[in-house]
Amino acid sequence: MAAIQTLTDDTFSETVGAAETPILVDFWAEWCGPCKQIAPILEELAVEQDGRLSIGKLNVDENLKVAQEFSVMSIPTLILFKGGEAVARLVGAKPKGALLQELSAYL
Amino acid sequence: MTERRKLAIVGSGPAGLTAAIYSARAQLDPVVIEGEPSSTSDQPGGQLMLTTEVENYPGFTDAIMGPDLMGAMRAQAARFGADLRVAKVTRVDLSASPFSLWLGDHDEPDLVSDAVILASGARAVPLSVPGEDRLLGYGLSTCATCDGFFFRGQEIAVVGGGDSALEEALFLTRFATKVTVVHRRDELRASRIMQTRAFDHDKIEFRWNTVVTEILGEDRLTGLAVRDTVTGEDSTMALGGVFVAVGHEPNTSLVKGQLDLDEGGYVRTTTGTATSVDGVFAAGDVQDHIYRQAVTSAGSGCMAAIDAERWLEHRGH
Repeated sequence: MAAIQTLTDDTFSETVGAAETPILVDFWAEWCGPCKQIAPILEELAVEQDGRLSIGKLNVDENLKVAQEFSVMSIPTLILFKGGEAVARLVGAKPKGALLQELSAYL
Repeated sequence: MTERRKLAIVGSGPAGLTAAIYSARAQLDPVVIEGEPSSTSDQPGGQLMLTTEVENYPGFTDAIMGPDLMGAMRAQAARFGADLRVAKVTRVDLSASPFSLWLGDHDEPDLVSDAVILASGARAVPLSVPGEDRLLGYGLSTCATCDGFFFRGQEIAVVGGGDSALEEALFLTRFATKVTVVHRRDELRASRIMQTRAFDHDKIEFRWNTVVTEILGEDRLTGLAVRDTVTGEDSTMALGGVFVAVGHEPNTSLVKGQLDLDEGGYVRTTTGTATSVDGVFAAGDVQDHIYRQAVTSAGSGCMAAIDAERWLEHRGH
């Protein structure tokens, strides 16, 4: 399934560790305008890249533990995990093309 | 395939969207090239997407959130049939009519349009000091509303002395233990009401006559290197976070060399919103370095739509 998974402080490690494909985690919050702009792009990517990439969302307002663990200080921050390890980090909203280009090396 | 339109609007802040509302209601079938997602003010919706409460936009007794206001303007433009597109104009050719607009780097223009309204706005100016690129997103931020949350319980600084700087400083007091406003002069250019609020706030301090010479930190910001412009003395400030709001410059690189610009790079307009090229109109911050308000931008967007409509009518389009 190509749905975006909602991650929390409690489920983060397990979900990211068990992911069969690379998983891109979107650190976001309700009050962040640029986060809202990339939300539809991530939904598209979840469908288009199904099988190659999965996508998770972590609300930093409700899950500060994971956000702090990865020193997230600016949102949106997107971190790509492969085999449970963070392999790439993108800070700030970007157009879809630029996002895909930066991710392509890891997929 | 090149698309033919009567009116293309570049930008989707208050100026672009108001122009879209008016021109869509006037049956001009406008296409609006909104911009692309980013974490700077150069994004669909423009500078208001990075603000919180807008208290001075008429009609909202209890203030409205910047992104909500822009969402409402966009929905209103869509309701009248404006063709809104999340894309960025990469090149324009205003030397021949109809005007050409490119949305990518191919040879053929994506759009040709009889009239163009340029409402590409302005963007925050970077400090242009060492450390800035490296630490952006790692303790250095251009968006207080996005990132203020992460600086809970820390000391932070806001660099700048205008309304935006004080608005950010006041907003950041919700999270920070102390906010220092670092300003290169000994007085602020911010409005009286913002100055009073900032001076009265017990978490806000001012560091006058001070310029930033470097942003410090390896993989995470640790402070600022600053210089006192009166004594010439160099010092450092230990900080958890830094927000930059030192001013704006117009987004006119697209039209440089094609439209008359003033010394500051803003588009020169005459008789309403007309530019130096017949059929090209400019509205909002791209042509205004004096007022720069949501309501004045919206007002000039309305003017540009009416000017474009009359111009098209006169030309028999």
